[in-house]
Formats: sequence, structure tokens, C-alpha cells
Amino acid sequence: MKNKYSIFSLARNALSYHQRWQTAWRSPEPKKQYDVIIIGGGGHGLATAYYLAKECGITNVAILEKSWIGGGNTGRNTTIVRSNYLWDESAAIYDHAMDLWSDLSQELNYNVMFSPRGLLHLAHSVHDMQEISRRGHSNHLNGIDAEFLNPEQIKKMLPFIELDCRYPVMGGILQKRGGTARHDAVAWGYARAADALGVDIIQNCEVTGFNIRDGAVCGVQTSRGQISAKKVGVVTAGHCSVLAEMAGFRLPIESFPLQAMVSEPVKPIVDCVAMSNGVHAYISQSDKGELVIGASSDTYTSYTQTGGFDVIEETIGAIVELYPLFSRMKMMRQWGGIVDVTVDRSPILSKTPVDNLFFNCGWGTGGFKATPGSGHVFAHSIANGEMHPIAAPFSIDRFHTGGLIDEGAAAAVAH
Amino acid sequence: MKQPNRLEHGGRIDRDRAIEMQFDGQTLSAFEGDTLASAMLANGLKIVARGFKYHRPRGVFSAGVEEPNALVHLRSGARHEPNARATVVEAYDGLQSTGQNAWPGVRFDISAVNQLLAPFIGAGFYYKTFMGPVKGTAFWMFCEKFIRRAAGMGRAQTVADPDEYEKVNAFCDVLVIGGGPAGLAAAIAAGQCGARVILLEQDACLGGSMLSLPVGGESDACLKAMEATLKGMDNVRILKRTTVFGAYDQDVYGAVERVWDHVEVPPAHQPRQRYWQIRTKQAVMATGAIERPLVFANNDRPGVMLANAVRSYVNRYAVLPGKKIVLATNNDSAYAVAADLVRAGAEVSLLDARVSVPAELFKPLEALGVQLYPGYGILAAKGSRGVSGAKIVLLDENGCARGPSKTIRCDLIAVSGGWTPVVHLWSQRGQKLQFDEQSASFLPLKSASSTLKTAGSANACGDLNQALLQGEVAGQEAAKAVTGVVGVQVNVPRLKEAIYADDWARDLLMIWSVTREDGSTDGKAFVDVQHDVALSDIDLAHREGFVSVEHLKRYTTTGMATDQGKLSNINALARMAQLQALSIPKVGTTTFRPPYTPIAIGAIAGREQGIHFRPTRLTPVHDWHVDNAAVMIEAGAWKRPWYYPEGGETINQAYVREAAHVRKHVGVVDASTLGKIAVQGPDAAEFLNRVYVNAWKKLKIGRLRYGVMLRDDGIVLDDGATARLGENDYFMTTTTANAAKILGYLEHLLQTAWTDLKVHVTSVSDQYAAFAVAGPSARDLLDAVCSGADLSNEALPNNQFVKATIAGVPVRINRMSYSGELAYEVYVASGYAHAVWKNLFKAGASFDIKPYGTESMGALRIEKGHVAGPEIDGRTTLGDLGLAGFASRVKPFSGSVLRHREKLDMASRPTLVGLEIDGDTGGMAGSLIYDQRAQQMGEEQGFLTSTTYSPALKKYISLALLRDGHERFGESVDIVNHVGDTVQTAKVVSPHFFDPEGARQNA
Repeated sequence: MKNKYSIFSLARNALSYHQRWQTAWRSPEPKKQYDVIIIGGGGHGLATAYYLAKECGITNVAILEKSWIGGGNTGRNTTIVRSNYLWDESAAIYDHAMDLWSDLSQELNYNVMFSPRGLLHLAHSVHDMQEISRRGHSNHLNGIDAEFLNPEQIKKMLPFIELDCRYPVMGGILQKRGGTARHDAVAWGYARAADALGVDIIQNCEVTGFNIRDGAVCGVQTSRGQISAKKVGVVTAGHCSVLAEMAGFRLPIESFPLQAMVSEPVKPIVDCVAMSNGVHAYISQSDKGELVIGASSDTYTSYTQTGGFDVIEETIGAIVELYPLFSRMKMMRQWGGIVDVTVDRSPILSKTPVDNLFFNCGWGTGGFKATPGSGHVFAHSIANGEMHPIAAPFSIDRFHTGGLIDEGAAAAVAH
Repeated sequence: MKQPNRLEHGGRIDRDRAIEMQFDGQTLSAFEGDTLASAMLANGLKIVARGFKYHRPRGVFSAGVEEPNALVHLRSGARHEPNARATVVEAYDGLQSTGQNAWPGVRFDISAVNQLLAPFIGAGFYYKTFMGPVKGTAFWMFCEKFIRRAAGMGRAQTVADPDEYEKVNAFCDVLVIGGGPAGLAAAIAAGQCGARVILLEQDACLGGSMLSLPVGGESDACLKAMEATLKGMDNVRILKRTTVFGAYDQDVYGAVERVWDHVEVPPAHQPRQRYWQIRTKQAVMATGAIERPLVFANNDRPGVMLANAVRSYVNRYAVLPGKKIVLATNNDSAYAVAADLVRAGAEVSLLDARVSVPAELFKPLEALGVQLYPGYGILAAKGSRGVSGAKIVLLDENGCARGPSKTIRCDLIAVSGGWTPVVHLWSQRGQKLQFDEQSASFLPLKSASSTLKTAGSANACGDLNQALLQGEVAGQEAAKAVTGVVGVQVNVPRLKEAIYADDWARDLLMIWSVTREDGSTDGKAFVDVQHDVALSDIDLAHREGFVSVEHLKRYTTTGMATDQGKLSNINALARMAQLQALSIPKVGTTTFRPPYTPIAIGAIAGREQGIHFRPTRLTPVHDWHVDNAAVMIEAGAWKRPWYYPEGGETINQAYVREAAHVRKHVGVVDASTLGKIAVQGPDAAEFLNRVYVNAWKKLKIGRLRYGVMLRDDGIVLDDGATARLGENDYFMTTTTANAAKILGYLEHLLQTAWTDLKVHVTSVSDQYAAFAVAGPSARDLLDAVCSGADLSNEALPNNQFVKATIAGVPVRINRMSYSGELAYEVYVASGYAHAVWKNLFKAGASFDIKPYGTESMGALRIEKGHVAGPEIDGRTTLGDLGLAGFASRVKPFSGSVLRHREKLDMASRPTLVGLEIDGDTGGMAGSLIYDQRAQQMGEEQGFLTSTTYSPALKKYISLALLRDGHERFGESVDIVNHVGDTVQTAKVVSPHFFDPEGARQNA
């Protein structure tokens, strides 16, 4: 890498007052033609481009981003990483990501700050207990770590939790390998590494249409002109339905606002990630010291990146109920993103009715954690023209066959 | 402590009420009307905090909500609060505060050694290192511990908050946000036009910027007159200490009133804060503006302050924070400040980045003896623990030094870089901003909103009279839009003549950063003081390609501190624009998000804590259950009897006894929690026929039927019985858990898919109680207690109902069975439920009647193979649950198309079976099923859904979903539990364990 990052390069540059750092990625003019175009410069798109160049030998790749890279859900999520999913298909893709997460900083030569500080799901009812029991079993079978904790063990991890609340904490399931990462760094790290391998990252370039000949895509129309491509991958999260419509088909996806918030920064107090589906309270603490709190998605479809305050009220109620000491903490910022939700709350990684056009979307409320795995298998799928075995079950065909991978059905909560 | 900086006269403080406060062990003398910050300044405190990253000493910087430096720990114990801004903490006697993010204290802080590391820890340094020499996360997690400890600001409290909070919903015609001159004028005008007005002001006093003007001046008279006018208007409600933190869709505004935050402990039964959710027809945003700082080397030293903040301290609090003051500006608004400072006894040098200034501005100052430096700026502040001088230079048009610098000795530097209108709420509504060159600020694009108007400084308006006029017009227009009445005469006070020097938006010169000739600075020059982001960080980000404004923000963390960029925004944008050779509007701005200022989490939760976190629903006979020692269980919002222990029974003993009793004698379970929906209208039968999988058109009056609903993708949604009460009148029941969901689903269908159907659905769950009476003696019992009905098997077979009375109370008796016994459901209006229940028990004594709870109800239904929540889990089909026979083959229904997709019709899907478990321990739901002797890892064959001990079979049984289940009756399988690490064996049987022919329920 032209400009390797390390403690030594940092020291060396400090001596020259940091005047000699190069740009993290270039800002090239789009070429006329690429082997692969990736639409969408979020984490998944950037990772796809990186693995295309790194592992598939395809370096004539462009990422077209309507705005700034990492600006969609990559830069708006609560940064939680885990892989303890119920179904084998989900476990495979999220745990594939987990394997990549652990070495990602070294892989990209960029500190993405992945910190497996432990991820705890709380159970508040007999039903919750049954759910985590079944999921824990399934995790064991898939080689995913899952440890059942009793309330006393939970209290040890979260000393300030109120176990005896309206819906008392009856137990929990811990994935020690789960944790958080720095979301922006993931986008920037992949961008910088992809760029170094020759990938063109083109920001402020909006795709306005597809060029399709004989049922196969051969290029895209953009706000910066026509660009031809042998293959195109669409990774545009909340706006994938819009892109699909441009390509002439419909996706079984609805887009909802999903909100989150942070508190003012304080000294370390929450060490792990604690999630509670039963009362809907997700909390962790960022390295900067903010409590990061995730809310549920709004109940109506929308493309506005805001959402209703009632959702925040409900989430805050749950947080105060479980962690009464946070009542005097102050909320500093509240925001929303647009999540693309499928009926089974599992993603779509798929070929499409248009040849050489691939879609990777529908990650709903849980896409960040999958970023490396999603990019990795999607890159291989595009390169080979056939879906990678881990990606194959997530084909769009499943909505026709009924072979759903239903992660959200029973609890119908964000995951 | 003496108050060395307190002026002899003036101020809006109450000198008769002296108080004492504590900061970091020092006693501060002050007066009521002070803030913690004004008291700190009055007492001569210079260092009150430490910087976030480099731990440089910091002093009070502003006089308002934008304060970046003076964040303190307020109070102690359970009422401890981190990151309190001293500038808005109202003084009270006995106030306790300490410095934060410093050890041992803010005056001497060990972490100040971080300054030595400053060359290494610039913007984004952490992305470039800490990755470690080997793969994995161990090295990073080691480093991260130290980083986490170093980061953060204040220390969170560690015990529960003792205070209470409230929520209020309010409605008005015109919401006026901001009680400064424009807001007061708007409230008066809107009120005089007849609108119902709510006026919200974040400060403890009305007046806004007028409070910073000299005491006793004409503006005071004007303010008094406005306050008097408002006092006489009973259609105007005024809330002080109330901040509008967010603006939401449909003109909903969120505000937090700090009701009793200005005392140590709120009075008994009074809330600390109150959260207001206000729905309004029109709003006037009179939110004012925040002064911008200037950027130069060491601009964070204690003793560098915003110019108009110094003016506030002098005029409002009678505190003069310095004697020899250097005032630097790029606009007109510092001139009035200079005059007030001189009158208060300071020696003032005024630097103006502009070379030519109108005579109206500088002439009066010359007369007061102010030393003027046109074309000058500050290159660096001198002094380390406080300002001791200012290095000043002549500037070129880019803000670079031209020629040698000279030093002026001083003890205070006051700066003004113009003003940033507070447009947060406007932006939150998604409305457009446009850049105004004259004031160099982003302003609301007025035509953009029809329900939100702007007035005063938020609009970059001119002088005080203009603010009053804008407020008046906005208030009038807002009222007109609501009332529709035009031409109402309004009467808002005005000043006789405007003060020229107050016109701050005029002639600003867009220079904010002062550097040496080569663009470098003579030390750290901070753009975001709170987050320790320096000019050099902005430059580095630019160099590394973080050119999008959002990238710059995220890479450098500019604007991401608790002040959310209130001071730093424009200065950072200006530097970026300079580096990219673009205009500021081309660079763009980041998104404003709620809250405007941080709000207490407790306030938003309000009273919805503890048992009020979710409403607790109790059935009409709840008290009876409690009196009869029932152990209750949470079922969503409901509390239900779980079991009724007798003589120290455990749950296992109790439920087994209860279930056995039902099979032998008679038992009653309170089923009032079932969802009950009245489905009414001429098309009700057609509607039911579409939502249920089975046929409904021929159901006669007096009959009832079990039905199953599917989601539109063919998965089972819910089940329950529906009775036909009359020609167009059906009574549907749903499961307890899905009551609200099904009502919503039916409403959705009626309002979107089948708008032509004449059907109304109404929840009557709370209107009726329901009791299931089950057991061989059920009929005899009801015969004994009911009158007016023939309950014989001939007159009332299964799936019919009759009307009767019990103790004179009308009831409906459904003959149907969930337990598999001869059973009836008694429906009665909730208000009479207790009486009916008691009568059942009175009459039942001779039949040995017993109540039974949900646990034994579960045991009974498992014995019968009835499905419930654990089986209807959102993933199962009719076929999976053995219910395919219910589905009509002739009519379409919701889900009828998609349920036949190939993967949903596959024969190998897991289907419902029963398991008879060997041995004397029960299975655990969620356990996995394997072929016997197969390796117990890898793909399982199925899992246990509901388990129980069966008193009827005298063994442990379970319902399960098992691959090819129906073909495996008689087979032995292994049940593996990974939690308890146990393996059991079981025999696969039909899920209808007990009385499969139904002889008992038809008896």
C-alpha cells in the first residue's frame, strides 16, 4: 500500500507536521468502461469492490455513489456485530462475516476498531426463554458461541441493570465474539484498500438508469454520463426498490425509517452490548463515551431519514426501565436511516431477471454486522456469475418458492 | 470569597439575596439571578474545565446554551449530573459542583501531559494505529481500554434517579418558540388576533437578547410593557425554562420544561422536568442567533470569550471578567459591546478585520477612549493558564498575517465572528436553508413552509425594532392562517429609535481564521473548542481526501461534541471552502438533528417507569384470584393466574393436580384476556369468509365455529372461535397475544384491500369477561346456576351457544372445549363478571369446583394436541400444524394463493407430532430432536414446542415439529438439550394424546 498506516508512519508524519499524508482514496473521473460497476458506496458495496479486486482478480471496477461514501446506513447504525442467528443460512453468512471481522483491521491496514466485547440478549418472559433456548441450540450446532446466563451472571456483566423490573430479567444468552466496530472506519478502510488495488471510487455520481441489451445489462446512465460495464452489482439498501424499478422488475421490499440515538459522552460504564427484544432496548457505549441506543423501526413506510418521536419515547422508556441510573443522562442526538425490509427479514443476494445484474439488499435493520461477509460472497458471486454457496439461499427465488429464511417472524422485532 | 469582578451597580441580579455555592472545593459568593458561570467569573475563577483530548485549561467561553468549555459535574449522590453547562445552571444557595474529565482537578490535571503527544494524536490518528503486530483483535482491545478511559467527558451517576418526570400533551393555534423580542412580539400579535398561543422560552426570564442590554435603558421599558401586555392575555400561555428540542412531522414539537432544576431537590410530588408534546397549527420560530468565535492560536485559553457573552455578563450579571480587554471582530456587533465595557470601567482595544468602518460606529468609541485597530486581527493569545496578552497583526483578505505582529497586554480577549441564526428546528422539519452572503449564514428559505414562520435574529434581521416588527408580522400571519380573520389591529411596543450598533448582520467580512503568512498557526487554533479540533485537523482531513462535509465532520469529529457544532459549524465550513476554493454554500452543511440541546432521558420516559412502563391489564376477577392465592404470570400487558397452590405446593404439583381435577370433576379458568372483536355489518359473513381459511357463509345464528387465519404469504397467523349473534353481528375471539395485532390487521384489510365491504370491527376485549367451565360436572354445575336455558346435549351440542342468566345477570354460554372435556365458555359483561364468577363458585361447592391457571390449561391443551403460540410461531403452515383439512378448496381466502408455494407444500417439512418422553423428567421446549443413535450434532430433525407432564397419561409428553412427522409414529428419537447437556429418549405419537375421538367433549 502506497502509504501504509502504522505507529511508525504516524510518528514519521508527525515530524513533518502531517503534511505528507496522501489522500485515503483518489477521486478519479469515471472511465468509459468497467468490468464491474458497483452501485452504492456503502460498506457492503465498498467491501464487494475490495474483494473483487483482492480475491477475484477484477480490478477494473468502479463504485458509483450518489452522495458521499458510507453516508447511508453504514454511517447511521448502532455498530453492533454478532452472528448468533437461528437459521443455518443466516448463521452461515453472519458467521462468515464474523470470521472476517476479527482480522479486518490488519486486512485493510485500517483500524476498524472491531471490539468483541460480548453481546448479551436478555430474556424477559417464558416465551423469551424458550426463544433463546432454541436459538442457543441452533447456534451450538452451527459452531457459533452461545452461553446461557442466569440473572446473577447478567448482573455481574451489567452491574447497574434492574433485574426486577416490569418484565423481570429471567436469563440471557451471550455471544462473546459479538461486539461493536467503528462504522465510518469500515467504509473508509474498505474504500482506501479498494482504491489501492485500482478500484475507482466515484462520489456524487447518481445512477439514473440501466442500459439493457438482449436481456443483459451493459452499462448505466449516471448524472456524470453513460458508463458501460460487463456486470453490475446493486448495493443500495433503502433505495434498492428504486433501482429495481429502473431495471424493470419489482422487489419484495418495503422501506421503513429506523431510528437511533446517542447520549452525551461519559466515562466507561457499559462494557458489553446489551440487547433486549422483549422490551426493545438496545444499548452499548462507544469508545468516545456515548451511550448508543437503538430504537425499533417505524410502523409506516417512508424514505425520510427521520421518523416519529413516539418510537424514541418507547425506546427511552425501556432503557430507563432496565437501567434507571441513565435517567439523568442526556440524549445528545437522534437520527434515522432507511431500512429495506423483506417479508422474512433476511437479505436478498441474488441474480435478477436481467442477466449480469446482481442485487444485494434487504438487510433490513441488521446489515452492518454482515458487511465483510456480504461483500465477500457477493464479490465471488459477481465474478463467477453464479451465487456463492453461502449467498445462494438468499436468492430472490425464495419468495416464489416459499423457502423463506424467517428470522423475524416469531418475535417480529429488529435483529 | 470576595467577588473581585463584580460591579458595584447594575445587573439583573438580586443583591439582597446573597448565596454561596461550591465549585471544586472553593466557595463562590453570588446572588440570586446569577448562573454558575457568572458566579465563577465574578469570583475571578479562570480555569473551570479541561479540554477533551489535550486537557488544556479552559475557562467560561459563552453565556448560553452553546457553552463548549464550562461543563461541570453538578450536585452529588443520586442527583449527580455530568456535563452540565455552567452558563445555564441557575445559581442557588448550596449548589455543589466539581470539575470533570481532570485528575486530580481542573487547576492541576495530570492528563495535561497529553499536550506533549499532540503531534501524534491529531485528527483520525486512531484509524492509523493500534492494529497490532499480529492478526486478531487482542492488541486493539488492550489499547481500547485506555482510550475508553481517556475519552468520555463527565462521570455518569451510579444509582437510580430519585426524581420524577411528567409528560404533557398540549394543543394550540400558534406556538411561539423563543421569548426574545421577536417571540414576545409574535405572541402578543397572535394573541391579540384571537389565537390560542403557547410561548416557550428556554431561559428563566423573558427578554432574550434584551436581557444583555444595559439595565434601565429604553429596551427595558419596552420589555416591561410587553410582559405586562402578555400578563393580561388569558389566551397566551407562557412557559419559561422550556426548550423546544425537536420539530417533527405534522407540526408536532417536543419541549422539555425544567420545572424544578434550579433548586437542589424538587418539592415533594413535583416533577424535576416535564416533557411537553405540543401539536400546533402554526409555529413562529423566534429562536435567535448564536455568536461565532474567531479562530487563532490558543483561542481556547481561559480569558478568551465571545464578545456578546462578555456584554451579557456585564449588563445582566454585573460581572466584568477583565480589566484590560482586547476585542476582535469582523462585523458591527462588537461596537456596542466595547461601549458597554468601557462604561463598566474596562480599558478596551478594538480590532476590526475590516479596514473601513462607518463613522457612526467608531466615532462614539473614540470619544470613550477605545483604541481602534482597523484591518487587524489576533494571531495568537498569550499566556498559558489564562490570557496575558494578544499578539495582533494586520490581515490580508484571506486572514493571513501581513507584516510583523505586536503584542497588547490584556487579561481578556473578546471575539465576534458574526452570528449563526438558530435554524435547527427549521432544518429538522426538512425545510430548505439558503446562504445569505451579507450575514454569512444559512437562513430559512421563507417560502418553504406554510406552517412554520420565522422572525428576529433567526432570520438575521437587523436591529431590535426590526426584530419586534418581524415578530409582530409573523404572529399576525400565523394567527390569520388559523382563524381566517384578517385586518385585526395589533399593538406591539417599539423603541423610539433603533440603536445603530445593534445591527449585527451588516457588512460582515468573511474572515474567521487568522494565520501566519504561510497559513500555519502559532500554536493550536481550535475550530471546535469542545472536541479539540484544530485548524490543522481540518487541513489534514482535506489533505487525506475527506472533502465531503459529512466526511470532514466524522473524520475530525468537528461538531460532534455536546454542543453539536453550535459554535464550530460555520468556521469549519469556511476553512473547508478556503481549502477547496469553493464558496461556503457549495461546501454545504451537515444535518441538524434533534435535540437542539441535550435533554434528560428521564424526561422522555416520564412516568412510564417501573410498573407503569407498560400498562398492567387486570381481568375483572383479578381480585378474586389474588384473594385465592393465585400465583400470577405476565402475559403481555395482562396478569393471569398461573396456578393456585394449595398447602405449599410447587408449580409442578399444583398444575398437575389442577389438570387432573378438571378431567375428574370441574374447573374454571379465567379466559377474559382473549381478544374479542365485534365484526358487524351486512358484509360481515363475506369478510369472515375471506379472512378465515374455512367457510363462513352458512353459519347459522346461534352457532359458532373455530377458524384459522393466514398471513397473505400463507403462514398461519392466528386462530379462535367466532359466534354468529345476529343477522349481521359476529363475535370473534383471537388469542390473547395477538388481540391488538389481529384488530389492526382486520382494519388494514377493510381500509385498504376491501374498501367495498360494509363491515365494522370493534374491539370488545375489555367489555366482556370469559370463563371456561370444564370437566365432567360442567353441565350439572351450569344447570344448577343458570336459568332460562336448556343446556342438554340435544339442545346445546358443541359449537352452539345459548343466552341465559346467572344470578339475574345475562350471560352467553358457548359450548366448546379447549381442554377436551365437556366444557362451556361463559361470556358476561365485565362489570358483572365478579358476581357471576362468585356465583359459579358458590353453586360449584357441591360439585367440587376448583379454579385452574394457565399452566394446567396448557397441560390440558397439550394432551389434546391443540396448537398455541409456541406452534403458531410465524413460520408454520396449515399443513405443518395438521390443520390443512380446515382450508376450503373452493373459495379464495387471505393467504390461499401463496400457501401453495413449493417449499411450503413440501412433504418433508417439520409437522406437528406428539412425543411420549421416557423417564421421569420432562423435556424442555427448544430442545432438539435427532434420529436415535445418530451423531447429535449437525442438522436436527425437529424441536420441542410445548411440553408438560400429562396427568391423564401419567407421563411426560411434548408437542414437537418433526421432519416427516406423520410417517414416524411409533419411532423412537433422541431429545437433546444443550443447555442442561442432557439426552432423553421419546416415542413419536399422534399429537392427540388423550381421547382422540372426542368422546368426552361431546358427552
